[in-house]
Amino acid sequence: MSDTSAGGQPGDARRGSQAGQPGAEPAADEGPAVPHRVIGTPPPAQARTLLGQADDEPQAQPRELPAEVSDPERAKRAERVVAACFIIAMLAGFAFIVCYALFQVHTVNGALHSNLVLGSTMGLAFLGLGVGATIWVRQVMPVVEQTEERHPLASSPEDRAAFAKTFEEGTEASGFVSRPLLRRTLIAATVPVALAPIVLLRDMGPLPGTSLENTVWRRGMRLLTAGSNRPLTPGDFDSPGGMITVVPEGFQNDDDALAKAAVVIIKFAPGVLQPPTVLNWTVDGIVAYSKICTHLGCPAALYEQTTQHILCPCHQSTFDAPRGAQVLFGPATRPLPQLPMTVNSAGYLVARSDFHEPVGPSYWERS
Amino acid sequence: MTPIKRRRHHAAGYAVVLLGLLLVGAAYAVLTGTGSTASAAAPTAAQQAQIAEGRSLFEENCASCHGFAAQGVSGVGPSLIGVGAAAVYFQVSTGRMPAKQNEAEQPRKEPELNPRQTLAIAAYIQSLGGGPEIPSAAQVSTNGADVALGQSLFITNCAQCHNFSGAGGALTYGKYAPPLDQSTPSQIYTAMLTGPEAMPVFNDSTVTPSEKRDIIAYVTGERSQPNPGGFSLGRVGPVTEGLVVFLGLLLFMVLAAMWIAARHGRAHE
Repeated sequence: MSDTSAGGQPGDARRGSQAGQPGAEPAADEGPAVPHRVIGTPPPAQARTLLGQADDEPQAQPRELPAEVSDPERAKRAERVVAACFIIAMLAGFAFIVCYALFQVHTVNGALHSNLVLGSTMGLAFLGLGVGATIWVRQVMPVVEQTEERHPLASSPEDRAAFAKTFEEGTEASGFVSRPLLRRTLIAATVPVALAPIVLLRDMGPLPGTSLENTVWRRGMRLLTAGSNRPLTPGDFDSPGGMITVVPEGFQNDDDALAKAAVVIIKFAPGVLQPPTVLNWTVDGIVAYSKICTHLGCPAALYEQTTQHILCPCHQSTFDAPRGAQVLFGPATRPLPQLPMTVNSAGYLVARSDFHEPVGPSYWERS
Repeated sequence: MTPIKRRRHHAAGYAVVLLGLLLVGAAYAVLTGTGSTASAAAPTAAQQAQIAEGRSLFEENCASCHGFAAQGVSGVGPSLIGVGAAAVYFQVSTGRMPAKQNEAEQPRKEPELNPRQTLAIAAYIQSLGGGPEIPSAAQVSTNGADVALGQSLFITNCAQCHNFSGAGGALTYGKYAPPLDQSTPSQIYTAMLTGPEAMPVFNDSTVTPSEKRDIIAYVTGERSQPNPGGFSLGRVGPVTEGLVVFLGLLLFMVLAAMWIAARHGRAHE
């Protein structure tokens, strides 16, 4: 069936005919000034019909589909069912429009109810259409066996030879080869046009530079509890097994900054923390690690105080919290970076500096 | 000056030091809230009776794993000295303790001990080594709580294990973060305070009592969110919805296609 979708249109042929190259095949009955065919129009293949190939001389064919249904009584009943299905679909379609106007989405509950009614009315409309169409096909239309033959995809040798000939003639007539000035200026004109979209790629933004290697943490910046934005003293966080998410003071509402700078602090009983945790960067058994998983950047803050493992909920990377957050399991390839931490003169937990290594996915290791 | 000098006894200095120490100790116990107030003030007869009842209940129900002095049994049950009444309240009122068997995660079940017995054991454990206390009804009341702040805190600190709507989730080696759909406000509060099993501790200075109430308001408020379609699908988001569509509806469509084909075959016979 696919070969019925002919590519060329009569308009193309008329426009192309101005090239004025005489046709080569004598079989055509057009005048000598009009080519028998132009590139882009269908090759001079046989005439096509909807169902199978016709002979060279078209002749009246017998009907392939019966004009009458075999069981008019059954078809009549089915017709009513199909019509009912279509009416249901129509009503559901109207209901969709009405519900769209009636159920506003300004509240969470409103959105929930809107989703429900829009989904059910649209689903009902599609169901009605689908069921109606199926019953129509199966009970009203006649049942016949049809066979579609498969033909080779390649064009026939005659078609290919005709195409090559036409192409050569067209090339010759256009002067593309014999007029180098035109050819070269045309190429010169198209090259910058082709380059132009590449220039537009610059609009994808400035290069990240070193921004992926730094966070906003600075020396002396206090650690605030995320959400409630309170600074913490070591005494506030004195229950072993405690864990809390902290953010840098001054950036507690800056989502762009927090995407890299979010940190979890964990409290351990004395003597539990061991190298390769940098013990100088801990305060009273409190250690600070980046919350951004080194695999793909999910918030890794699933902390089991019994096993002292930090897990990432996305791909189950498991980090050994008391031993420098080394990777125990999972796809992450390096430990969670440790934030250097100390207390300031007022006794609050503060950063000693930024992280000493980039946080987040280890992009630079991929090459 | 002379009258004072005349009244001073040779033991007066020791008495002053002793009194000072007692006052400092009592003040510390009251201010930090970790010391047992029951032991700081002289326990009343009723409290003593409760502790005695708790002790006998403890010996019947808990001592086989936690030891007769609640000192813990290596490899079986941890020491309960210093865990406080709050931990006992959480474990016993949710039915997790007494445990039927040692397993990765103690499931929530019908409590075996009634509230009175629970409080008695809690008082006994509190009398042993202090620890976090059971919050009062006012401390867990959600009246006037800031649900928005509660949601923000829950999503930052709780959702990675318990799911953003409190539906729970899996941990490692058979452990899991339980769903919070049946937890009472007091149980949520004491869980944050004591960090049962794998859960971290969220003490009162990192998550203040007021913020704990906000979190409770969010968790309990989530339960009354409507499910307009009738099925919540666990409220765990697009994963379950996709799974239902993929397994449920796809299976339905395959069966429907087979049914149509079977009917079609019959129609031609």
